Amino acid sequence: MRKIVLFLLGLALFCAGTNTAVAKDLKVGLVYIGHIGDAGWTYAHEMGRLAIAEMPGVTTSYVEAVAEGADSERVIQNMARKGYGLIFTTSFGYMDPTLKVAKRFPNVIFMHCSGFKTAKNVGNYFGRMYQARYLSGMVAGAMTTSNKIGYVAAFPIPEVIRGINAFTLGALAVNPKAQVNVVWTKTWYDPATEKEGGKSLLETGCDVITQHQDTPGVQEAAEEAGKYSIGYNSDMSRFAPKAHLTAPVWKWGPFYQTIVKAVQNGTWKTGAYWPGLESGIVDLAPFGPMVPKNVQDTVLAKKQEIAQGAFKVFAGPIKDQSGTVKILAGTVASDGELLGMDWFVQGVQGSTK
Amino acid sequence: MTPEIIIPLLAATIQSGTPILYATLGEIITEKSGVLNLGVEGMMLCGAFGGFLVAMYTGNPLLGFLGGGLFGAMMGAIHGLVCLTFQGNQVVSGLALTILGTGLANYWGTPFVGQTAPGFAPFSFPLLGSLPGIGPIAFKHDALIYISYILPLAVWFVLRHTRFGLALRSVGEYPEAASAAGIHIKRYRWTGILTGGFLIGLGGAYLSLAYTHLWTNGITAGRGWIAVALVIFAFWKPGRAVFGAYLFGGVMAFQFRLQAMGTHIPSSLLMMLPYALTILVLVLSSLRGRHTQAPGALGVNIEPAD
Repeated sequence: MRKIVLFLLGLALFCAGTNTAVAKDLKVGLVYIGHIGDAGWTYAHEMGRLAIAEMPGVTTSYVEAVAEGADSERVIQNMARKGYGLIFTTSFGYMDPTLKVAKRFPNVIFMHCSGFKTAKNVGNYFGRMYQARYLSGMVAGAMTTSNKIGYVAAFPIPEVIRGINAFTLGALAVNPKAQVNVVWTKTWYDPATEKEGGKSLLETGCDVITQHQDTPGVQEAAEEAGKYSIGYNSDMSRFAPKAHLTAPVWKWGPFYQTIVKAVQNGTWKTGAYWPGLESGIVDLAPFGPMVPKNVQDTVLAKKQEIAQGAFKVFAGPIKDQSGTVKILAGTVASDGELLGMDWFVQGVQGSTK
Repeated sequence: MTPEIIIPLLAATIQSGTPILYATLGEIITEKSGVLNLGVEGMMLCGAFGGFLVAMYTGNPLLGFLGGGLFGAMMGAIHGLVCLTFQGNQVVSGLALTILGTGLANYWGTPFVGQTAPGFAPFSFPLLGSLPGIGPIAFKHDALIYISYILPLAVWFVLRHTRFGLALRSVGEYPEAASAAGIHIKRYRWTGILTGGFLIGLGGAYLSLAYTHLWTNGITAGRGWIAVALVIFAFWKPGRAVFGAYLFGGVMAFQFRLQAMGTHIPSSLLMMLPYALTILVLVLSSLRGRHTQAPGALGVNIEPAD
């Protein structure tokens, strides 16, 4: 009897030992709104997937070009049913479908990107892209000679408006005469229309243009006109080698690795994850050779300050277009205010409609 | 409004309008033969992809452009097979063609998203390009735009002033009479579908080879549907198609420049304008009794008598 007990005890210890030595098997699924080759939003998430694919015990797969709404619910549900332990859903419109499926699969962990709802097994996450936007705005402000900077933007929603405001504040910080002109395309994904938006800005006197769009159409417009551009999502320099100054980019890899590790160790907790430059989740793409060394140094120094928390992008006093003080001197905009931002700062030309 | 603003605006108008113009002319030819084709969006997408693919592999943009046309004609052949050979419903076949074309182009095209291919670059047209005013507006474009200046004239001439055009129109207007006159109806309808499909494919290829030098899924972004509407707007006349295509292109170019200049007019309102205008034209034209401009046998299948 004693022998059996000892044997069982030994077996238990042995198993416990192997458990800690070998990472738990975990199937991770990702749902994408676009295509992995789009050089934009989905491509950035795909880079994140590749970063977790090499972790021990992890197998990954993805479904691309999933329409928001009913289609996405079916895809997410399929993944949950097939034994995926962790599912990343990477578009705003997947929020409610994710929550619906999560209710039916309480043992599966879901992470939804860019939304605002959570549940017991659903966390949401995003990056403080506005911090990188601020830095790219500094580059634009330093490089413009006409003091007119163009911004081709998708839809007037808080995420985009926040980016435009941060970019403008960055430009003004190095160039008080800078002015940012905004055109809305009302599309995330239409290279011809986006390029047309970029051209219209260049023709009205802008000499640096940037984008909150998912294709490199705007970069092409700048390259052809011999003007400067700032990309978005990923390093877009191959589309505009002579124009591309830098780009605020997403780097999901390290964050996805942290989440996967937490799920494997059983330490994952639900919540809203909104990390910034300090985590590396948002970053600046390498500078183009036309950006002078002193500009690069100033921007990188500011990046340090933001990462260390010594500098806040939305620290008052900040006025809106009409001159009304929106963020009081001595205060910093709360996350709630940032997430609901629907006004332009002074220095932006354009309407939030 | 200074010349520095107006000249680039008009130049951009021509560029925005050109892909729609190609597609509208193609659709006019198809409909003149009596075949309604609602698959323009899908055919354009296939043309855009085909053009990009051929240009990428051959390194020759002109071959790519023609390849785009062939892809469009191929899609047209499917429509012909359904509607002419098997007497299927033209509306259903056309809608299915849009869905099929979108699916095929996205399926084939996914591995190529984000790649670049050699395309057409703008150049100043000899002599005409140096004219003041009109030069920078109309003659500092890519070769495909210069082709699109001649195309409406050619389509108009062929439809109006050749035996072939007369036969094609008669097949669309009154197939029974055409048949009695010894015209091979199906042969003309096939010609209408394939030629139209070719031009629609060229319109798509313009987007991936000249407007941008990129392939992305869904690059046409609804321009095919605009072409379908423009055919009605233009009363099936090539000359008015030019006007309609440039009107759409112009409003798009104009609304961006209004925004860029910092005006505070909501962009949604401006983007709605061309569509509102289409409805207005349709209403006005029916009030004046001109709605009978459509080919008499448009959308009507003919029994295989021959």
